[in-house]
Amino acid sequence: MRELELDLDAFEGPFDLLLALLLREELEPREVDVASIVVAFAEQLAQRDEIDLEACGEFLVLVAALLELKARFLLPDEAAELDALEPEEAAEELARRLTEYRRLKAAAAWLAERLSAERDRWFRLGPAPLQPRAERRLAPQSPAALADALRALASLPPSVSLGHLALRFPPVSRFLERFRALLARRRVFDFDQEVGALSRVEQAVAFLALLELRRAGEVTLSQGAPFAPIRVSRAADERIRQWTAGSA
Amino acid sequence: MDSRLRLIAINPVDRLARTIEALLVVASAPLSVGELAHATQDEPERVEAALELLRDRYAEERSGIVLEEVAGGFAFRASRDASEACARLFERPVDRGLSQAALETLAIIAYLGPCSRPEIARIRGVAADSAVASLVERGLVAEAGRERGAGGAVRYRTTPLFERVFGLESLASLPRLDDLAADREELRERLLEVAAARVS
Repeated sequence: MRELELDLDAFEGPFDLLLALLLREELEPREVDVASIVVAFAEQLAQRDEIDLEACGEFLVLVAALLELKARFLLPDEAAELDALEPEEAAEELARRLTEYRRLKAAAAWLAERLSAERDRWFRLGPAPLQPRAERRLAPQSPAALADALRALASLPPSVSLGHLALRFPPVSRFLERFRALLARRRVFDFDQEVGALSRVEQAVAFLALLELRRAGEVTLSQGAPFAPIRVSRAADERIRQWTAGSA
Repeated sequence: MDSRLRLIAINPVDRLARTIEALLVVASAPLSVGELAHATQDEPERVEAALELLRDRYAEERSGIVLEEVAGGFAFRASRDASEACARLFERPVDRGLSQAALETLAIIAYLGPCSRPEIARIRGVAADSAVASLVERGLVAEAGRERGAGGAVRYRTTPLFERVFGLESLASLPRLDDLAADREELRERLLEVAAARVS
């Protein structure tokens, strides 16, 4: 596996040489694309019929070491720690970690074994039994006060007025007809005067009717100033008045 | 020994044993000698003597109920003969389907706890978040404060339920890690060989 030929941006040649250069610090780990090395190895593996487990294992160890080296270089704070580690110390550290993990793996296996051996032990589970009993301190109560409280709760609530829901809108057509009839008799009328006696809702509907007549071109509206009385006149008459004024 | 004999003579330990029996029936978690002494308002030595009596009475194969010392206390459980019948009627959600990752995480917390998720991840080499969450949900581990410093990670420890499910008298009953361990020296040699081959 050491003959693995690499063609990377920063390096071209056998994997073995790459490692030697890295160890002699002639090549910076940050310039090495580890993913490409893995891809190259995987390609080489694919070309062979048999899988060389030993080579795979060695490759994994080396690439892992390479990744760690690169990670430490990329994180500057860790560099000092790395410098302090001789290869032997690094191996020692790695061995320590691996041993720790192996031990805990063995512990996990022991737990699994224990669990299957204890599977026939059944017991009751529930909330903790001997917690101090909760003390409920209540002030002295009088039955009369309780009766008063209940009486207040038992009385019927005041009925809510639904008056505002009884809003009735008269049909717009009613005002259309009324205004048309009015204009048949009079050429001009004052809107505010006409609807002054009506309710607020009726006034609103009457105004809608007025807008409707204006849209249909039946009337012409005029108002001297904002909030001034609205003058309504027959559309034809207005045209005639304008024409007369224009020709005078 | 003399004093115990004298006490038994004054108040037969059998009567105390009956009260303890009742307390253990009511309890849903193991009761320690201290708790039993408090509840019975009796001497811890006499409680232990009464427990000895009960242990004999409720030994495996003598009754459908077995008295066991577990999770730092004493508790009744079903005899192993009855386990199949129990399994037909009840479930064990606490330990059902514990994954390998969860078991490894549990082992780390049991042996090295209290420890945080980053510590567990460092040892296992992969994130431990979901494994820890699953163990917390099962009630096998619980939060035990935070690491020092601002924003310290939450640390976890095993619960009495863990000891009970695994039938441990206490965490001290776990086998020593050294007895389980791989040969560290051998590992070190192998790593050095790889390193030497790499340099040459």
